[in-house]
Amino acid sequence: MTNIIIHTMLALLMPPLLLGVIAKTKAAFAGRVGAPFLQPYYDILRLLHKGSVFSTTTTWVFRAGPIVALATTAVAALLIPFGAHPAPVSFSGDMILYAYLFALGRFFTMAAALDTGSSFEGMGSAREATYACLAEPTLFFALITLSRLSGSYSLSQMLENVTPGAWLYAGASLLLLIGGMFIVLLVENCRIPFDDPNTHLELTMIHEVMVLDHSGPAFGIIQYAAALKLFVLGAFFVHLALPFATGNAYLDWVVFMASMLLLAVVIGVVESVMARLRLVRIPQLLVAATILAAFSTLLIIR
Amino acid sequence: MYSFSQGFPDPALLAIIAALITGFAGVPGLFLRTAGAGQVIAAGMQILAALVGIPAALALLFARASVTYTLNWGLPFGPCELAIDPLSAFFLLPVFTVGAAGSLFALGYWPAASHRSSERGLTFFFGLLTSSMALLVMARNGVFFLMTWEVMALSAYFLIVTEHEREDVRSAGTRYLIATHTGSAALLVFFSLLAARTGSFLLPAAGSLSALPPVMMSVAVAALLGFGAKAGIMPLHIWLPAAHANAPSHVSAIMSGVMLKMGLYGIFRTLTFFHDPPLLWGAVLTVAGITSALAGIAFAAAQHDLKRLLAYSSIENIGIVTTALGVAMLGHSSHSHTLAYLGLSAALLHILNHSLFKPLLFLGSGVVIHATGTRNMNLMGGLGKSTPKAALLFLTGVVAICGIPPLNGFVSEFLLYLGLFSQLQASSLSYIVFLAPALALVGGLAVISFTKLYGSVFLGTPRNYDASRAHEARATMLLPMAVFALGCLAIGLFPQFALRLVRPALDSFMPAATDAAVQVSGYMTVLGRLSLLGILLLAAMAAIALLWNLRLQRLPALSAATWGCGYQRATARMQYAASSFSEIAVSVFDGVIRQRCERPVLSGLFPRPARCLDQPSETVLEQVVTPLFMVTGGAFAFLRRLQHGQMHVYMIYIFATLFILMIWAH
Repeated sequence: MTNIIIHTMLALLMPPLLLGVIAKTKAAFAGRVGAPFLQPYYDILRLLHKGSVFSTTTTWVFRAGPIVALATTAVAALLIPFGAHPAPVSFSGDMILYAYLFALGRFFTMAAALDTGSSFEGMGSAREATYACLAEPTLFFALITLSRLSGSYSLSQMLENVTPGAWLYAGASLLLLIGGMFIVLLVENCRIPFDDPNTHLELTMIHEVMVLDHSGPAFGIIQYAAALKLFVLGAFFVHLALPFATGNAYLDWVVFMASMLLLAVVIGVVESVMARLRLVRIPQLLVAATILAAFSTLLIIR
Repeated sequence: MYSFSQGFPDPALLAIIAALITGFAGVPGLFLRTAGAGQVIAAGMQILAALVGIPAALALLFARASVTYTLNWGLPFGPCELAIDPLSAFFLLPVFTVGAAGSLFALGYWPAASHRSSERGLTFFFGLLTSSMALLVMARNGVFFLMTWEVMALSAYFLIVTEHEREDVRSAGTRYLIATHTGSAALLVFFSLLAARTGSFLLPAAGSLSALPPVMMSVAVAALLGFGAKAGIMPLHIWLPAAHANAPSHVSAIMSGVMLKMGLYGIFRTLTFFHDPPLLWGAVLTVAGITSALAGIAFAAAQHDLKRLLAYSSIENIGIVTTALGVAMLGHSSHSHTLAYLGLSAALLHILNHSLFKPLLFLGSGVVIHATGTRNMNLMGGLGKSTPKAALLFLTGVVAICGIPPLNGFVSEFLLYLGLFSQLQASSLSYIVFLAPALALVGGLAVISFTKLYGSVFLGTPRNYDASRAHEARATMLLPMAVFALGCLAIGLFPQFALRLVRPALDSFMPAATDAAVQVSGYMTVLGRLSLLGILLLAAMAAIALLWNLRLQRLPALSAATWGCGYQRATARMQYAASSFSEIAVSVFDGVIRQRCERPVLSGLFPRPARCLDQPSETVLEQVVTPLFMVTGGAFAFLRRLQHGQMHVYMIYIFATLFILMIWAH
């Protein structure tokens, strides 16, 4: 019970901190002081107290976008184990639900964008749809590899099975997997080199341009949902890359939080040292990720 | 065998009566003078048939009974047997549902008042189509099967060419007629070979044949060609997009929702005959299925004709069912009951699901075409405002067909994924798991196609049609859509009951005794979890919406134009259109799908008016089938001399045939 409460509290409270850490890392690279770590929390709170502007072309679909995006990510957060602790909900085949929940959120985000009738937002959702579609097989190859390694069909057991010991006998496979999954993590969360949340030109954006018309609390919900998505997908990745467990329940939570912060720093470093890719290059990199993941599966099944 | 209690009407008889009622639904209209009365009577009879037939089919399904009626019809093909076993009963469900929903929809969509000349034929053949399909799944005599098959094929042809004054409709109809008769020819071979083997035209009982004799390979190929052409498995799908696009929408609904399933029913039924299907059959079905799914949805993403997109997505869904059936047969052949159970359940449940959401979408496309007067999605937009109820129902169908939770499309794909993963630890067949990423890609492409569809039709602002004539659909059109949408929601939220519904239909593949071995109850529990999470998801959405609404009430909210990124005079035509939306995705499939573009060339001081055409190619038809037909046509040109339109020579042919038959019979 305690673990479920901690799990829920972490999922509810920690996500914006990752964004703060990423921003701070980037600031450090640029030689700036940067905004405080808690700035994303302030931003979301401020947005929740602002008024809204709704475009006259929109219908209820526009308002459903943020709601569905947050609800799906929140349910996905229940399926993913945090660190050494199993997820609150786990059943055979939950990894399929995990993958498809994001599709539901994405569908409504894209629909909300198209509802505004703005060509920029249409452009953003067309890109989001294509890149997400190309990223999908990579995630499934990863799930296959993990399922084969653990002999289980549920995320908690699949991920718990990845231990430093597993790295010893399936290291090559896991290494390939980490490469593929890191690319998926970045593209799903619209980070550099795929998308730049801070770019100033709408023409080059993906996720940020889809939510151009959302304002006030709606935009706050979107920001929070995006942070939660980074957190949930990050938890999956951290499990693969840093599979350390101490055996002590409370210490394990600390290890998990530290790993997540480390992941945020790594993403910040990547964002600092890389430029955004040209849009035509993105599908190629995504196919490369799929190939990496497919090879990892082949190595384990052969 | 199960015997029904005395004093209660026999459900099998009720189902047969219901099938006959649908067949006669359109008949009164042929004789009535008053316009529209026949159509109302037909809808009433179809609904009556559904109210009788669906409970009867459900009763038969849950009783796991098989009821046989024998009709001595005096034809030299043996007795005509009609039987309803759980598999037949299962396929009766979509027949009656879509039949009733379609004829109710027709009242508003194709009213006799404004379509005087075509309404009677349409109503009559619609009833005939429904009835022939209901009888088809009951037929146990090969010749009777072929007869109902032909009635089905021909009534569908007359339904497709309802608007025969249009050239594209006629050509779609002709293409369909050629394709369906090529399929029928294969079925003729199929039933003849079977009859030669078993000595009777009665269909063999479940598991009574061995697949080992070499002739069975020909039987299997003939069945795959004949039934596959009807189901629309690639590359036998060439008739499908044009036929679905050009038929009236409720006809497209029953063709896609039910008639394609008759092809699948044929494949299902054929597979039950054999107790030892070789691995090769499962492998062929799997490969054909995943190819259809991938190519179908890739083509769908490229379309900008609303109904063509839906038609290509039918090919995708048939592909998913065939894949599921293929892996199930792989499991069946290698004695992996779990794989067989999951694959078969996924296949049957997806058939049921597709017969809910695809008619919903086709009926919805009827509403859209009514409102906009076009099928071109590039010209639409903003219908969510003028037809809010239809838009909401359509959205349900779109989410369901994309296979995303918490609606029904997800459940059947989920079962298929479970099946694919289930062999991961096994020593053999573990490679089928590589279908999972392919299926995920199909899912991603489906999201592209249907976001594009929904976005360009219902969202944004009207692009290029007379928006003032757009109107909400009538109640008779919305009601059938609502029934389908509720079905999608019910199966999505309570999948464990749907799994229970499907189980009896698998009896001929795996007897009830194997339930314990494959832990059927375990999968019920898993789907129970899915159901809980689906409800939780809806509850979370409701909670967030409530909290947001509370905030909205306390804070100021303004209405303004869409933010144009600094540009002040954005027009409706600047919106991202359907073709632009899928352009990036389609460019990935460059080579398979070509966008045929004719861009206007402007030259001189006073350029002439030019037009711009942007048409996705139908690669299989244009690159493979048409050249093949040209070559065949050239090679057999000499046969045309037999066909010259002189009646007296034709009569000689008939007499000659009769004479030869008499000598042969002697």
